[in-house]
Amino acid sequence: MFQIISKETPAKAITKFVIQAPYVARKHKAGNFVIIRVNDHGERIPLTIVDSDPAAGTITIMVQTIGKTTKLLSTLNEGDYLLDVAGPLGNATPIHSFGTVVCIGGGVGTAEVYPIARALKGAGNKLVTIVGARSRDLVILEDELCGISDEFFVTTDDGSYGMKGLVTGALDDYLKKDTDVKAVYAIGPIIMMKAVSDFTRPKGIKTFVSLNPIMMDGTGMCGACRVTIGGETKFACVDGPEFDGHLVDFDELITRNRTYMDLEKQSLERFDKELVAHHCASHSKEAANA
Amino acid sequence: MPNTLKPSERMKIPRQTPIEQEAEVRRHNFEEVSFGLDESLVSQEMLRCIECKEPYCVKGCPVGIDIPGFIKLIVEKDYLGAAKKIKEKNYLPAITGRVCPQETQCEAVCPIGKKHQPVAIGKLERFVADYERLHNSFDGFVVKDKRKEKVAIVGTGPAGLTCAAELAKLGYNVTMFEALHAAGGVLRYGIPEFRLPKSILDSEIENVKKLGVEIITNFVIGRTATVDELMDDLGFDAVFLGTGAGTPTFLGIPGENLPGVFSASEFLTRVNFMSGYRFPEYDTPVKIGRRVAVIGGGNTAMDAVRTANRLGTEKAYLVYRRSREEMPAREEEVKHAEEEGVEFHILTNPVRIIAGENKWVKGMECMKMQLGEPDESGRRRPAVIPGSNFIMDVDTVILAIGQKPNPILQATTPGLNMSKRGTVVVDENCKTSREGVFAGGDLSRGGATVILAMEDGQRSAAAIHNYLEVKIQKAEVKASSSLA
Repeated sequence: MFQIISKETPAKAITKFVIQAPYVARKHKAGNFVIIRVNDHGERIPLTIVDSDPAAGTITIMVQTIGKTTKLLSTLNEGDYLLDVAGPLGNATPIHSFGTVVCIGGGVGTAEVYPIARALKGAGNKLVTIVGARSRDLVILEDELCGISDEFFVTTDDGSYGMKGLVTGALDDYLKKDTDVKAVYAIGPIIMMKAVSDFTRPKGIKTFVSLNPIMMDGTGMCGACRVTIGGETKFACVDGPEFDGHLVDFDELITRNRTYMDLEKQSLERFDKELVAHHCASHSKEAANA
Repeated sequence: MPNTLKPSERMKIPRQTPIEQEAEVRRHNFEEVSFGLDESLVSQEMLRCIECKEPYCVKGCPVGIDIPGFIKLIVEKDYLGAAKKIKEKNYLPAITGRVCPQETQCEAVCPIGKKHQPVAIGKLERFVADYERLHNSFDGFVVKDKRKEKVAIVGTGPAGLTCAAELAKLGYNVTMFEALHAAGGVLRYGIPEFRLPKSILDSEIENVKKLGVEIITNFVIGRTATVDELMDDLGFDAVFLGTGAGTPTFLGIPGENLPGVFSASEFLTRVNFMSGYRFPEYDTPVKIGRRVAVIGGGNTAMDAVRTANRLGTEKAYLVYRRSREEMPAREEEVKHAEEEGVEFHILTNPVRIIAGENKWVKGMECMKMQLGEPDESGRRRPAVIPGSNFIMDVDTVILAIGQKPNPILQATTPGLNMSKRGTVVVDENCKTSREGVFAGGDLSRGGATVILAMEDGQRSAAAIHNYLEVKIQKAEVKASSSLA
């Protein structure tokens, strides 16, 4: 059992948990993920490790509420337990001293880019960070990323904060000023990673993306997470999750991620009904007690 | 009561037929297919053993169970004694009594089988193991002298469980590490409920734990800690690697990454390990179409196609490139699949998977095959019949064409010699190229059976015991010489 030490809600529908997992904390490196299961009827889902504290034996994860499991997670509180946490899984991000690097985080992907940005900064790179979100209230880790970056930009789809537009717009603007960018790290929605990769390919700028296919065991056993990289099939859990963005077949990934869409929807609807029923039951109980 | 029948009278008794669920009923449920032999059938079957002076069956058993010995105890109605006799060599009899290919091992060499049908050794093993479990009568073995040495077992499948039990019986401190959230390995994620109920697996694992074995789940060796860290930081004196062959292989044909194409590993893990057949009560979804093609001819393929049937597909096809005779699956499994209405398409090989709407699978192009000269495996080599292409109307394709060992251990254990096939190289005592590190089961064999994994577990336990004894003696000699 893995206890939740603290819980915060840094943005709408995004929950941050610090979890007791000493063995994982001891070995965590930027780019790793864990597989978690909330309870004994639960599914296994992968979540990127945002931070770790080996001395305290804790890891930090950030979860966006999308389906049943992430919603269930968001209802847990400090002191509650996750039944299973396994990791750290996946290959750590190779951290090199490139010169100037641009780190791009989209939505909750910002949480995943943060440990990599920090490691790149630590390796002596000039760090340029671009954070993209739909609107101002969805921007996360702004202070943390701004604090470690040499240059920092925010874009929002609706223009409620920073530049109005997409991260590729901010990247274009920056590349016009600085022609010495050696590498780009982009983590976020698949369409964002695809757009960034398409944008940097003709410019020949090395681009790394972290893929989020459907996963189950996370240890190379099921092949659900297979992705096509430069025409070859790779397993994101053991060969990745980070790949050369210029070689990724993003369209295939988008299609494959829809495999269970109808059932995922069914599961979420069922859970929503349970939540309502539970809520009503506790209300009527309170009413009865009063 | 001893068996007083003369051999000729014993041979007149026909082999007893196990009780099974009706095919039409069972193809719609996940309950166990076979109920084995009940006590009255056992009381006939047990009399068929002629108690050979030199029992071939014991030699035919990879773990060397005293088969005539346990059958004799059954005849004496000492079922618990019989179970205990088996457990001297095999700590998981309720499992092997169900999944062992007895027909190619102990029963294949039973002399009764020359003229008649061999003694149903597997079914007798199953009966006593179940009797003991249902009467909750197993209290483990008394471990005489506890030793201080610690042994790590990586992987909790049949090889690891056997190695752990044998070492615990010798008094070692044994800790097992499991990457997933529950122990059992392929016995849990691979073999379906209708062949090996989880409750039986749970109880066999509990018996191993009763010997003092600790099982740590969610611990991925190579990630959470490496083999070197087990020995250097966590104080283990020896390590047994039994991580199996769980990584699926693919055909490499166009369309293989379309949604609707699954590895048998994924499909079976969702259903068995994650209880996906009970979605949405359990959260892990399983997709099953109207027409499912399972590619392969082994036990995994049979498990997958029979599972597809149970999930309610309209048509379940088994597609295999050789003929029925070459299928590596157990005869019993092939027969069960046929009875349950699985349609066999033999001498058929897929060459392309075709996408329809939403890029979901809508068909599979296949070619007909013919058998040529035998290949290195002794089976006749299949060859394509030119121009025989046709399209099979399917919306789900499940690939069960073999698994290989997981690459994590190899990548994180320096100096561990691997073969080209990705298996760990071992000598006849299951010793690897790393001192104090032993390996067995599918990890070194690359896809074999439960019982062969158990044989390796048993052999490794003996080798580890020997290795540690020698190590202690050397340390003692060194200590006494430095004192002098």
